[in-house]
Amino acid sequence: MINIEKMKKEWFGNVKGDTLSGIVVALALIPEAIAFSIIAGVDPMVGLYAAFCIAVVIAFIGGRPGMISGATGAMALLMITLVADHGLEYLLAATILTGIIQLLFGVFKLASFMKFVPRSVMIGFVNALAILIFTSQLQHFVGETWVMYALVALTLAIIYILPRFSKAVPSTLVAIIVVTGLAITMNFGVRTVGDMGALTQALPVFALPNIPLNFETLLIIFPYSLALAIVGLLESLLTASIVDDMTDTDSNKNKESRGQGIANMVTGCFGGMAGCAMIGQSVINVKSGGSGRLSSLVAGVFLMFLIIVLGGVVVQIPLAALAGVMIMVSIGTFDWSSLRNIHKFPRTDSAVMVVTVGTVVYTHDLAKGVLAGVVLSAIFFAWKVSKVRVENWLNDTGDVRTYEIHGQLFFASVTDFLDQVDYEENVRKIILDISNAHLWDDSAIGAIDKIEHKLQQRGVKFEIKGMNQESSELMNRIGGLSRASGH
Amino acid sequence: MFKHLLLAIDGSDHSMRAAEKAVNLASLQDNSKIELLYVVAGNKSKSDVLQYGDSDAASLKRKEMLVPFVEKIEQAGVEYDTTILHGSSGAAESIIEHANKGAYDALVIGSRGLGTVQTMVLGSVSHKVMKHVKAPVLMVK
Repeated sequence: MINIEKMKKEWFGNVKGDTLSGIVVALALIPEAIAFSIIAGVDPMVGLYAAFCIAVVIAFIGGRPGMISGATGAMALLMITLVADHGLEYLLAATILTGIIQLLFGVFKLASFMKFVPRSVMIGFVNALAILIFTSQLQHFVGETWVMYALVALTLAIIYILPRFSKAVPSTLVAIIVVTGLAITMNFGVRTVGDMGALTQALPVFALPNIPLNFETLLIIFPYSLALAIVGLLESLLTASIVDDMTDTDSNKNKESRGQGIANMVTGCFGGMAGCAMIGQSVINVKSGGSGRLSSLVAGVFLMFLIIVLGGVVVQIPLAALAGVMIMVSIGTFDWSSLRNIHKFPRTDSAVMVVTVGTVVYTHDLAKGVLAGVVLSAIFFAWKVSKVRVENWLNDTGDVRTYEIHGQLFFASVTDFLDQVDYEENVRKIILDISNAHLWDDSAIGAIDKIEHKLQQRGVKFEIKGMNQESSELMNRIGGLSRASGH
Repeated sequence: MFKHLLLAIDGSDHSMRAAEKAVNLASLQDNSKIELLYVVAGNKSKSDVLQYGDSDAASLKRKEMLVPFVEKIEQAGVEYDTTILHGSSGAAESIIEHANKGAYDALVIGSRGLGTVQTMVLGSVSHKVMKHVKAPVLMVK
């Protein structure tokens, strides 16, 4: 009963708001889906089918009602070389495999692993994504006349100035209509969507990718699928958190991972490219009043409807208008507050962010950037926690020295710690106060054994004070072993 | 007269000064009440989630941000409650809608806040609020 109630609320709790916002999102999705297809190097239909399939599937099985998923820039950027080297069929196969990986991720409840991606890496991720989307547009300007620049400028002007007067219609849509109208009537002869590939005014049909099903194929697509799966989940779960925050509600991240997986598997079977949740579109959806599952369904269905009805007009959209929209997307994706606050972050966090961005811009691969960022953060973290502070003092009678240790004792920090203990000092007893320390591993226990051993040789008494429970359990387990085996 | 005040804040120094004035105004008579309003506009959600990790962490940070304001009101012994609005298209629109929906004797707001653009003369939020809120507005410089 509770489930039916919940489902009813998620679907029909906000029918008017969801329907209207879904339409707004569909209008905003079309230019983006086409532009992302062009980035990936495939026909516009591949991105449009992806947007349709993913939005519709996610409406039913996603974990975050009100979130919009579709073809995205982050995913498109990862596919470029696969499409260029092997073609569309391999992309579709990679899309299905991406879905399978994401589904497994969700089934095994690995969404919580995303916490190992530090926030500075996520900030670097979105900033790098913004930069790549921007630079991907530069190729459209090569060898173009001033007309191209003027049209892009006009598109951007409409996008940013119109909302000051009216927010009733999405300004990107108005910009595209105006610029397309201008290009058609004035006969500028600029390149259009039609020049980038055909637009079929038909629903997607089910077809498995036409590829040899062998190990070699798997070797080709697996690295791409893995990168797509990770980047897709990263952006989807980030978007889910943003929608959580905007709606002040909670969502099921593992369900979302499974949903993204199934959506990509379906998309791959219907001729669409891999996609994920879209930050920008989801923000537009919530701002426009959408919060339920219906908004995503309406967005997907209305998008397909528009393409079938208006496909003939869509092919006449000049690339200049799309480039303008993409520049807007890139500006909107970039986390500007991270630039404003960069001096406030710890220096290591800023370094991680810059390295993440640098790696992505250099390799054109968001997955590699995230990996570099995570590794660097882990190194910084180990470096930071490996700093142990040791205070020591003699007692009043001058024959007992106490070492008080602050910090984490583990393989990276023990040498630092051992260096600060003076074994040769002429005292009767040495006390090791570890009430402010934590023993983490074999090396930590080994270090304490070593001190004890050395002091025993010199006949100095040794006492450990203030061991916490976890540390003493570890000591009993490992310490017992190492002593028994004669270490 | 001014018994039920709406105090819109964004955590800036200006809004702290606005809070002081709101407390002064409310202290003029007994049984007055201040509603503390903070708006998380759409893009703020994005940058907060990026900066703090997830929605829960971001909410916690916002509550921390409200603490000095709440303390100020508590010290004066004025009754209060807090409202945090999410998911709006803009801070100004949300403040205006919320203010016009309730029965407030006045809205108290800082002249400009944390927004960096358009702060030359008057914050854009305060400007819109001045224009569209029906209740009297006390804008604190």
